[in-house]
Amino acid sequence: MFSHPIDFLHQFLSWYLYCAAQSRFLVSGSADNTMRLWEVQTGKCLFFWEFPTAVKRVAFSEDDDQIVCITEQRMGYQGAVRIFNINRDGDGTQQSKEPVSMFNPIGSKAVVCAFAHTPDLILTGHESGKVALFDAKTGEEVLSNEHAHRDVVTDLQMAQDRTYFITSSKDKTARLHETRTLTVLKTYTTETPLNSAAIAPNKPYVLLGGGQDAMSVTTTSLRQGKFETRFWHKVLEEEVGRVKGHFGPVNTIAVSPKGDCYASGGEDGFIRVHHFDESYFRAKPYGDLEIED
Amino acid sequence: MAPNGVNGVVHDDEGIDYADIESKYQVEYDEGLDNILIVDGVPVIDKSKLEKLLQKIAKDFSRKGCPIKPENITVPWDDAKGKSKGYIFIEFKNADDATRALATMNGHPFDAKHTFLINRFTDFERYMNMDETYHEPPPEEYKPKEHLRAWLADPQGRDQYATYRGDEVEIHWHGKPSQCEVAFSKLNWTDLYISWSPMGTYLATLHRQGVRLWGGPSWEPVQRFAHPLVKLIDFSPNEQYLVTWSYDPIVVREGAEQGPQYFSPEDEGNNIAVWDIKTGHLLRTFPSVYPEGDEAKKQMQWPALKWSPDDKFVARVTPGQQISVYELPGMHLQGKKSIKIEGVIDFEWRPIGDKDREEMEKENKPAANGAPAKVKKVRENMLAYWTPEVQNQPARVTLMNFPGREILRQKNLFNVTECKLYWQNQGDFLCVKVDRHTKTKKSIFCNLEIFRVREKDFPVEIVELKDAVTDFSWEPKGERFALISSNDPNLGNPGPGITIKTEVSFYQLDRSKGDFKLLKTLAGRTSNTVRWSPRGRHVVLATVGSSSKSELEFWDLDFNMDETRRESAPWGTGIQHLGTADHYALTDAEWDPSGRYLATSASAWRHTLENGYAIWDFRGQELEKHILDRFKQFLWRPRPPTLLTKEQQRQIRRNLKEYSRVFDEEDAAEESNVSAELIAHRKRLVDEWNAWRQRCKEELAEERRKRGMKAEPAKKAPEEEEQEEIEVWVDEVIEQTEEVVE
Repeated sequence: MFSHPIDFLHQFLSWYLYCAAQSRFLVSGSADNTMRLWEVQTGKCLFFWEFPTAVKRVAFSEDDDQIVCITEQRMGYQGAVRIFNINRDGDGTQQSKEPVSMFNPIGSKAVVCAFAHTPDLILTGHESGKVALFDAKTGEEVLSNEHAHRDVVTDLQMAQDRTYFITSSKDKTARLHETRTLTVLKTYTTETPLNSAAIAPNKPYVLLGGGQDAMSVTTTSLRQGKFETRFWHKVLEEEVGRVKGHFGPVNTIAVSPKGDCYASGGEDGFIRVHHFDESYFRAKPYGDLEIED
Repeated sequence: MAPNGVNGVVHDDEGIDYADIESKYQVEYDEGLDNILIVDGVPVIDKSKLEKLLQKIAKDFSRKGCPIKPENITVPWDDAKGKSKGYIFIEFKNADDATRALATMNGHPFDAKHTFLINRFTDFERYMNMDETYHEPPPEEYKPKEHLRAWLADPQGRDQYATYRGDEVEIHWHGKPSQCEVAFSKLNWTDLYISWSPMGTYLATLHRQGVRLWGGPSWEPVQRFAHPLVKLIDFSPNEQYLVTWSYDPIVVREGAEQGPQYFSPEDEGNNIAVWDIKTGHLLRTFPSVYPEGDEAKKQMQWPALKWSPDDKFVARVTPGQQISVYELPGMHLQGKKSIKIEGVIDFEWRPIGDKDREEMEKENKPAANGAPAKVKKVRENMLAYWTPEVQNQPARVTLMNFPGREILRQKNLFNVTECKLYWQNQGDFLCVKVDRHTKTKKSIFCNLEIFRVREKDFPVEIVELKDAVTDFSWEPKGERFALISSNDPNLGNPGPGITIKTEVSFYQLDRSKGDFKLLKTLAGRTSNTVRWSPRGRHVVLATVGSSSKSELEFWDLDFNMDETRRESAPWGTGIQHLGTADHYALTDAEWDPSGRYLATSASAWRHTLENGYAIWDFRGQELEKHILDRFKQFLWRPRPPTLLTKEQQRQIRRNLKEYSRVFDEEDAAEESNVSAELIAHRKRLVDEWNAWRQRCKEELAEERRKRGMKAEPAKKAPEEEEQEEIEVWVDEVIEQTEEVVE
């Protein structure tokens, strides 16, 4: 019944995919109100959870034991954050339908989430531009930064050791935060609304993507849309390069965990996988500065 | 109810002495003598003729519109002699009538011997009572004026440029990146646009009321010219005069200010005005002249008045009839008559080259030494004009000297649609671009008739081209020219999104043969604009005003050789492409006066896409780029010609290495300064970051240990992927033969 081909995952558009660190499982959330667990190697759907509203965002914990997901606030249902345990023994089809924990963040809608540096804290980004930490068990807001951004938080990606993370926003900036305190460490200011931001491992760069709103794309020229992936220096907050290619806004960017390539998905319907060339690893645009990852 | 006064209190006037108030506010009445005039210069007569005289005077006054009656005339009488005293008093009804009579009748010739001289009666009294002792006027305090060319003395030798964006005009310094700064800025400095004078001394701003000139380091107003609703201005080449034009004819309102700086009633209805910049005086006005022909399409030529390069003459053409040349500063028609040329369409003065300038200086020098003044020969200017084909007469290009008005050379041309005259800026060559049609008049091709003006008898050479030429330009101070030709069918009907394919060709004078030969043709371009560096050699090809193409190509025509070896090098090898750049939707491209930088701008006057400006070096490297909405205008400040003699310039060129060493040292010092600061800043940032990371990692390890996990599971060093090498030996037996060894 669930033997869809690998590229046809959900009946409706998928909002988000998240691949586990050990690359065995893939979890996807979709507008068809389901979250599904897939086996990466075969493309088999192992399990699915059904919710009353669409799934906006999914994420694995660091040790792949848990999944967190956000469901949309719609049709009388509050937006909810649910956490599930994943049974990795066996073939993976034996999963619990019930979440270990579930809570409804009050106030502005949560749109993005991830596990923080410890598995008992959930990091969320909100429509108002707020970034907050929630206790995974009780659902209490532990800490928040109300003014992390001035507009919707569009993406939130963790650094490899989860001690800091990057958020992007429609307010045309991306920011680097410390997970423990939620203080803003760095700000990258661009001239277009941003849809995604990623941290490149092993190199001191962050990748930002965005562009004119999809609505106004047809009224702007390709040049003015700025549909490029921008590379910024993580520490010095200076732009170091751009990669062109999409002819629509960039919706999402992900860097491979090894840091040797990155993929970007655009409104134009293309996913572009770029491999970094030799010079990317050799280049030291600011001289010999040892920068800790 | 308060029937009277304030709060119902009725004031009683009686018994109060108002004398002090009355005396204070007493109105001074006229003495009532303003309506009396004294007329002098009246014939001296005896009693018998009195009646006749009075009647005659009354008649004369009445005829001029100032009716008087003989009984209002009082004639003082010298009773001793029995004769009149030769002057009379006339009493008018009121002062206004008297004023009018004074204006019309003063200086009236009464008869052959007598002329009326009229004064007011009150004036006599006034002048009688005048204090005649001389009071020395207090000396006006001397206000030192700022040096108008102070910017040339900039210790860093920087150039300036002006930008106009939104309501703000800014003057910038442009030099090395560290030396670029805003020198001055002002909001609402101009209402229309800004303009530099040709040597950069003045900045002109246009307003409803007229033109204003500014100058000096603090940009004080220098001069103003009251030409209401002025739209166009043009400076004379040596910045002595200014021509202004307004679409609205000049109107002089009643009570308008009078004086040499203002329009007078004679100027009414004209559109063009010529001004002296130093005094601000109006010299003369003209009506605008439109070319003959199609009413709807007619467009005024600008500049409407063309200046001779020495500012001595200014000329205008009345299409089809004549060229009128006016002599400065009087603005009188030279020789009291125009040059009548039937059918004349257009003309151009020949520019003065450096050579001519040197000669002129030599001529002037002995006079300055106090040597016996030579009879100064008037230097002849030269102008070129053309006339189209009329009936059986061919079209004709003529060179004429002026003020000699002697025809130096004439060339007949056939099947001519249009001519354009292009002087090389040293006046060495004149190129006449002749658009010719085939016999059927269906297609147009182009001939270039090049006059070599410095040679005897002005030899003419013809370059024939198959296509229409859209742009032509001489290399400044050079012997080369560039032209853009096109055979695109869309040529001539521009539309949105149409980019016309063009070809760019360079020609150079072959000195051994004395004719112009093709250097190189660049085919398949879209460039429509050629911009030579003001010092020659470098040239930029640009696609301007197109929404889809906006390429800039930088070329060097003397690559890998210096000037002296140009002759010996093989033909056309010096031409080299230096770089290509792109400035989206650019509308203008302009070299700086030194020929080192090029500025391109996208003006909001033309479109609203990515307005702003960029500055490039001569190789096409971008130095600065600013995207600024509502950006309108970019103008380099021109420089006056150098004061160094040829010899001094040569000296500098010879010692260039020495000079450049000084500059290199300066650069290096500065660079290390700047970079030291920047490096320190970066170092600090990185140190902060590293310290924070260290702390983070420790805390994380601590936490993990608490949770009972391995210390650092994250530190999974990217394991080297194990590579297995498999060697495969492939043996292939191709042939086997057996030999029996004996």
